Amino acid sequence: MEPIDLELEEGELELPSEPMHLNMGPSHPAMHGTVRIVLELSGENIMKADVQIGYLHRGFEKMCERGTWAQVFPYADRLNYVSPMLNNVGYALAVEKMAGLVVPDRCQWYRMILGELARISDHLTCTGAMAMELGAITPFLWWIKGRELVWDILEEETGARLTHSFGRIGGMAKPPTTQLKDLIRNGVPTILHLLEEGEKLLLKNRIFIDRLENVGVISGADAKALGWTGPCLRASGVAYDIRKSHPYLKYDEVDFDVPIGARGDTMDRFLVRLAEIRQSARILLQCVERMPDDGPVNCDDPRFVLPEKMDVYTTIEGTIQHFKLIMEGAKVPAGECYSYTEGGNGELGFYLVSDGSGTPHRVRIRPPCFPIVGGLEQLITNRMLSDIVPTFGSLNMIGGECDH
Amino acid sequence: MTASTTTTRVLEGSEQGFATTKLDALLGWARKYSLFNYPFVTACCGMEFMAVSSPRYDFARFGAEAPRFSPRQSDLLWVVGTISQRQAPALKRIYEQMMEPRWVMAFGTCASCGGFYDNYTTVPGLDKIIPCDVYVPGCPPRPEAVFDGLLLIQDKIASGVRKPSIVKPRQDPAQHLVQINKKPKKGDDEDE
Amino acid sequence: MSKLVLEKLAAKLGDKLRETHSHFGDDTALVAPDAWHEAAQLLRDDPALDFDLFVDLCAVDYPSRAEGRFEVVLHLYSTTKRHRVRLKTRVGDEEGNGADLDTLTDVWSGANWFERETFDMMGVVFRGHPDLRRILMYPEFEGHPLRKDYAANHTQPLVPYRTEEDAGTILEKVAPFGTDEGMAFGRKWFERGPTS
Repeated sequence: MEPIDLELEEGELELPSEPMHLNMGPSHPAMHGTVRIVLELSGENIMKADVQIGYLHRGFEKMCERGTWAQVFPYADRLNYVSPMLNNVGYALAVEKMAGLVVPDRCQWYRMILGELARISDHLTCTGAMAMELGAITPFLWWIKGRELVWDILEEETGARLTHSFGRIGGMAKPPTTQLKDLIRNGVPTILHLLEEGEKLLLKNRIFIDRLENVGVISGADAKALGWTGPCLRASGVAYDIRKSHPYLKYDEVDFDVPIGARGDTMDRFLVRLAEIRQSARILLQCVERMPDDGPVNCDDPRFVLPEKMDVYTTIEGTIQHFKLIMEGAKVPAGECYSYTEGGNGELGFYLVSDGSGTPHRVRIRPPCFPIVGGLEQLITNRMLSDIVPTFGSLNMIGGECDH
Repeated sequence: MTASTTTTRVLEGSEQGFATTKLDALLGWARKYSLFNYPFVTACCGMEFMAVSSPRYDFARFGAEAPRFSPRQSDLLWVVGTISQRQAPALKRIYEQMMEPRWVMAFGTCASCGGFYDNYTTVPGLDKIIPCDVYVPGCPPRPEAVFDGLLLIQDKIASGVRKPSIVKPRQDPAQHLVQINKKPKKGDDEDE
Repeated sequence: MSKLVLEKLAAKLGDKLRETHSHFGDDTALVAPDAWHEAAQLLRDDPALDFDLFVDLCAVDYPSRAEGRFEVVLHLYSTTKRHRVRLKTRVGDEEGNGADLDTLTDVWSGANWFERETFDMMGVVFRGHPDLRRILMYPEFEGHPLRKDYAANHTQPLVPYRTEEDAGTILEKVAPFGTDEGMAFGRKWFERGPTS
């Protein structure tokens, strides 16, 4: 040890140092799904970051080419697995755009209801997980309780809590149940109440605010060039919501607002998601008022929609129709088409290429969180290590979607 | 399970059979109700894992709520979700870092057998890479099925048997089917 | 749909713009590969077009084509003008070689990861890309999985699979499972005592 009264030179005492390489993931509590971030640190500051995805690549696009158009629905569910109905509806709309089908009104309201329920589930999970990773486990538990209420409704309707595979080309698998409207009218106030309880714990907490404000800031122009859409883009001030800009289903007939952020930081992304839950609740209650209680849910088009079981077993036309649709697949007209809907994370696009047969030539998903995670590197460079956790949490990367 | 009063003395060779069994039973009881799990969460089953850990289906009732994010500190590896080829080395490494005694639960169909992802990028089941004790099928499995799996693991821990098992539905799913071949179907007949 | 976008592209590119169509309501323009970057620059910089949101970049494999096997497809959106366009080009020969194209990372920074993915899945090389390496597959993977000539279940395991000798037990699960596997219905075995 050198004696402390040694004369030091004018300059700083240079210690030889090298940047430290740290590997976060792919199995890490804060890396939603699986992402690996290889960091080069200088102390706690991040000099360089390399975000590596692909640990959940399951070959969605290749699997789609091996089945029929209708066999894509289970795979599509597992893309954004926290809001599977939105993926189902998005894909169904894409095929219907190519096929030239318009589903009956009752189905459109029904799709909106299930879609908005899925969106609530997505945002509750994202914000809850973000709070949990910052140490606030209680709001997570409460919001997961709210999510369970949403899943109860979805289970009553579709039969499954998480991966419903409920969408069909030309309609839905089953018509709405008679309890749907009551379940929603009773469930939505409870969910909003739970949301409020969680917010009370978090939004005035100095530590929570300090960890989220001015962290992970991105400007609107940068976000657009990167390809961001959805809540992350709206938090940066760009008012682009497909439900308002290019309405599909019956979104132009319901009244709702689009929350926009001002600064583009993590706090804004968090608040935008919470506000969107409230708007989704508003849409749900309006749809429940407007959805007719009877009427067909599926299109009446034998080229795409399966016949009733009674017809399949008793008439020859029904048997043939069923056989052709199952064995060969619905024959979607040849060509290419890009259809987009507002998924939980942003613009969920499906680019379909058909050669006129029952098997898709190419099903390309445009995952909303792929470009968002592409921008992560920019957000965390020159910030501290612990800023990665709220920043990454606010981006809502869903592995199944990002790695498709 | 109560311990007898004579379990804390040096064992003679001839007595080893009886006292060891009692001691093992005590250790098994203690281990099974204090599982430290390593949630190796990858995909959609992770949502059901979150549901299993949350207030409605609470697995804290079974003593398994403490997640340890270091394999050195955990004894039950929950492999939740699809294992892709790229993820496989990470899984193997984590399993190798766990200390004995360790158990593995394959949560979900993708972890048990690859699911419907029969392609270039999915490992067809984690037992191609690491040994597995309990398979919980389902896509994703309902929380009740997960608890059945957890109880199976607890029974294995208590009894010390390492033979792999698969969680099956509690009720015969075919019991209400139309009897086409006129043979009476019993409730616990395994040959459906 | 207004034809403004397609007209402007035709005006700038002349005969480099091979064909256009608007099937299913999507404006599409097919350009020659050497006009790719120029067309993209026009789409971003022209104030009447103003495509500022980078939506998607992917490739589609048409193995029956001898010339231009891979069709690289770019989707763009303008948040101010609210119109969309699809820009396509064809690269690559029958074997899949020679699929080169200019990078668009200097026009929109979002193109970075999408081009890496297209390279990974289809094998289209982007000239000038800052960091062209695999993104979804692991670096040791050989081949490009989304090509039609890559068999879907051709695996290249990173970790060699366990054999039954290492495992000491049967690995292939054959249905129906044996009576001593899993749980008997109703957990009656709990009374009988554990047999598994």
